[in-house]
Amino acid sequence: MRLKGLLIGAMLGAMAGTPALAPAALAQDGIYVPLFSYRTGPFAGSGIPIANGMSDYLNMLNARDGGIGGVRLIVEECETGYDTKKGVECYESTKSKKPVVTNPYSTGITLQLIPKAAVDKIPVLSMAYGLSASADGERFPWVFNPPATYWDGLSMIMKYIAGKEGGFDKLKGKTIGYIFFDGGYGREPIPLLEQFAKTYGFDTKLYPVPAAEMQNQSAQWLSVRRDRPNYMIMWGWGAMNPTAVREAARTNFPMDRFLGVWWSGGEDDARPAGEGAKGYLTLNFHGVGADYPAIQDIVKHVIGKNSQTPRDKVGENLYNRGVYNSVLIAEAIRTAQQITGKKLVTGEDVRRGLESLTITEARWKEIGLPGFAAPITNVSCTDHNGHHAAYMQQWDGQKWVKVSDWITPMKEQVRPLLEAAAKDYVEKNTGWPKRTEACDKRS
Amino acid sequence: MFYREAGQYKTSYVADQAVFPIRQDRYGIAIILLVAFVAIPFLGSTFLLQAVMIPFLIYSLAAIGLNLLTGYTGLLSLGTGAFMGVGAYACYKLTSVFPEVNILVWIIASGFVAAAIGILFGLPSLRIKGFYLAIATLAAQFFLQWCFVRIPWLVNYNVSNAIEVPQRQLGEIILTGPNSTPLTRYMVVLVIVVVMTWLASNIVHGRIGRMWMAVRDQDIAAELMGIRLLPTKLLAFAVSSFYCGVAGAMLVFLWYGGAEADTFNINQSFFVLFMIIIGGLGSLLGAYFGAALIFGLPILLRYVPAELGLPLHSATVEHLSFLVVGVLIIFFLIVEPHGLARLWQIAKQKLRVWPFPY
Repeated sequence: MRLKGLLIGAMLGAMAGTPALAPAALAQDGIYVPLFSYRTGPFAGSGIPIANGMSDYLNMLNARDGGIGGVRLIVEECETGYDTKKGVECYESTKSKKPVVTNPYSTGITLQLIPKAAVDKIPVLSMAYGLSASADGERFPWVFNPPATYWDGLSMIMKYIAGKEGGFDKLKGKTIGYIFFDGGYGREPIPLLEQFAKTYGFDTKLYPVPAAEMQNQSAQWLSVRRDRPNYMIMWGWGAMNPTAVREAARTNFPMDRFLGVWWSGGEDDARPAGEGAKGYLTLNFHGVGADYPAIQDIVKHVIGKNSQTPRDKVGENLYNRGVYNSVLIAEAIRTAQQITGKKLVTGEDVRRGLESLTITEARWKEIGLPGFAAPITNVSCTDHNGHHAAYMQQWDGQKWVKVSDWITPMKEQVRPLLEAAAKDYVEKNTGWPKRTEACDKRS
Repeated sequence: MFYREAGQYKTSYVADQAVFPIRQDRYGIAIILLVAFVAIPFLGSTFLLQAVMIPFLIYSLAAIGLNLLTGYTGLLSLGTGAFMGVGAYACYKLTSVFPEVNILVWIIASGFVAAAIGILFGLPSLRIKGFYLAIATLAAQFFLQWCFVRIPWLVNYNVSNAIEVPQRQLGEIILTGPNSTPLTRYMVVLVIVVVMTWLASNIVHGRIGRMWMAVRDQDIAAELMGIRLLPTKLLAFAVSSFYCGVAGAMLVFLWYGGAEADTFNINQSFFVLFMIIIGGLGSLLGAYFGAALIFGLPILLRYVPAELGLPLHSATVEHLSFLVVGVLIIFFLIVEPHGLARLWQIAKQKLRVWPFPY
């Protein structure tokens, strides 16, 4: 009985102690970069390599250069489990430490943070995910989603298909299937797909995959077998990807006509299907492999010391995506330091840095990642995305191989849709603040 | 010694039938309310308000809602998440169609929409019980979530399929939207939760509550005593869904500020169900205990290693907190299968005879 009394006492004591646990402010000087990661939960398979890539690159900058511009980066991960609830909690707990940028790494969390960004003066960098409409810098001054939106991705896939068929006019009468995660992420490209279908005269078939059914897509692929589409496009994430690839192989769908967006292109998405996955195509906007000087620096300075990454996972597709994301963060901070002349930049400065973000081909080389990705040249005050190019990669049974040149998105088709969506968002959110942030001249 | 009713004479039936017949209990409640209304707003940090207290109160309300149905009426439900979703989507639709009406009115009104849907899915409860009813409510969960995803009208044809909370004011005070302060939202949530807990307490201590408990304990006996089963069970569904609906509307409007259909998935239902099982079935206090343990403890645990200065990785901390919470749940259920509320009751009983137990 005494035990119970003790326990109750402990519980009450713990509850009473809660106020004292509000996170203490950091005493040391440095630029605080929180990374929202998910190494647990149903999406951990995709989340772990990305989290590894992101923290390894920033830690490498600390170890090799002593940070950025001589200021150390304070890198701290916060575990979200891809859960919006925990993501919001992470945001609140990191807010008091004055983060210079947030990387929500989940569409759900991004949507929560978009309205908060302007109020808390912390820019949101949702790299090629989140709300496509937030690329409109006039209406969303605090949100950035380079290098490309989902609509750009779809237009690039369509361009690749048209290229294979010999022109957009050859698409007439063809059927294109679209299998997607049934949620905001997968539904976003549908209006553009329908517009393309109308313009070029092809048929579309939609195959939604509900979140609960991600690992059981037999019904969808049965319909695919019945409808016999000429091409399949996929917008999947997490466990949905390997399942879809396996099912496609099982239904003998020609894999070289099965194309995924960049979030469907992990090694572990294609590998489980074995030989059957050979020929599967996905978009990508950065290089794969560890043969880049900067990634070799990661191996030298970080791996085995201040990292959770197994040596053989370095250079995998999603790992490099994490690195790419961190390059954007690092370059934005560097640009912010140049613009403001300050060493210790704040969220407001980094917002300006992101708006003037430029990574030329020469700069990619300087960073130690020559030819790693298309130059970032189009981000501006009005365009927070830039609509940059991507390429198509194909699974050869062992690894991803680049099979196309850089494909540029059809910006003229995407931009009007995007602006309409942004306008719609602002209209529905009465009291949405007007942009008051000044625009920096590009040097 | 300090906690005993010796010398407190009751001279009327009203005093004898009070919810808190002992003076010390009334003082306790007053102190808790004082802390909640005065101390926390003045002393609490933004983090405490936004990430701990607001969700804790909202989940407590949802747990009370489910407890009215499962704990008091004995009808097992796995549709809590969906009913919360109905409240949230109803509030969103109502406030976007009639923006001039105060949002507080709509938060409460959305509870009625949830209640209507709850009655609809409560209909099978007359014929089926126990696990079978759980499966029927599971159907509600999946069907409603399917609606949230597939009916674009519910999200005002938003391309991202999400609802975003617009800014709404009460006079000059901003209640919802990104510009509202956590303090305002905390006070609104607190007032709603306190008032609704008081109402729930009155319901369960009155005629309706006794009808529910009679149905729970033995429905055939209850029927023989003249309790009409269908209206009673449907009333339980309605009131429970009302509470869940208001909790859901507050979840989106006063905490998240936006939501996807996935927010109201089956995990949400289990989350609230676990709260009432751990907290104590058939106890309003248990709903608060359950919410504190299931929602609050993981947050607390996450900061323990950091406070102790242990250099643990965030994912490791997460795994650890899973482990600890899991072990604690098993431990509490072994020590007291009737939940934390019963544990609390036993503790009070002991306190009454302390220091000379007989």
